[in-house]
Amino acid sequence: MNGDPGKMSCVDFQAQLPDLIASGEDAATHPHVQGCARCSALLADLRTIAEAARQLFPSVEPPDEVWEHIESAIKREK
Amino acid sequence: MAEAPTPAQASHRTRTDGGEETAQVAATGKSGALPAAAAPNAADAGVLVRAQAGDHQAFAELYNLHKRRIYSLCLRMVGNVAEAEDLTQEAFLQLHRKIATFRGDSAFSTWLHRLTINVVLMQLRRKGLSLISLDEAMEPNPEEGPGRSFGAPDLTLTGAIDRLALERAIADLPAGYRLIFILHDVEGFEHNEIATMLDCSIGNSKSQLHKARLRLRDALRAQNRQEARP
Repeated sequence: MNGDPGKMSCVDFQAQLPDLIASGEDAATHPHVQGCARCSALLADLRTIAEAARQLFPSVEPPDEVWEHIESAIKREK
Repeated sequence: MAEAPTPAQASHRTRTDGGEETAQVAATGKSGALPAAAAPNAADAGVLVRAQAGDHQAFAELYNLHKRRIYSLCLRMVGNVAEAEDLTQEAFLQLHRKIATFRGDSAFSTWLHRLTINVVLMQLRRKGLSLISLDEAMEPNPEEGPGRSFGAPDLTLTGAIDRLALERAIADLPAGYRLIFILHDVEGFEHNEIATMLDCSIGNSKSQLHKARLRLRDALRAQNRQEARP
């Protein structure tokens, strides 16, 4: 990496973020984030979204008719 | 042919504490919870082998074990009950046709999810979305990419996120982003499982998830800005 990562701009850091994350690096410990309220807030927001997602879309059972249709179709295909 | 049991009957005969419960835990996405795919047991394996041999009762048991997760995935992807029912039906019909080809290279649940994802993506393509393959689903068009996120700190999302707003924002995501966000953040699959399902690298799964979350952040911030206007 060129230059001091702690001195990189927000634009550069955020441009690199997908690759950082893809590499498995913990972006929150990146030197830029340590001194940047904006990018630190960005990462906090992304964590908040991920946590909120766990409460979404409760898992539900399909109605019994779905199995009845599957069985009928299987019998037709035999 | 012997009269087939209903899935409920079939499940009762085998076990009542298995896949569904595991699936529900995984569906919450709680940290440390293993998706059903990661928690196979001997009973599941026996059912699978019998279903592969053409045992209809065993297939009914498999349906019962996996119906909740598959239906929920379809519903989360298309947001429409009738459509999700049709997709669930199609996914299990395809499973019935292809189950003998499952060789155990991945967990059965992962394999079934991959099959279901293909069914869902086919449907999205039929509806006019330009999705041809999983590869394309994983690579949204450049104009669909996440926006830059250089907002002022006072526009962050600290505090509770409005659930309906987030659900709307997820529904508006390009299908590829929506898929990976749902699989990871909603359903609780790990990146290695998603990589298998989507036939992509783990790094690609991670970076696509990041872009999906960025996109959601932009949408939620835009909404906050609108609400803040006098």
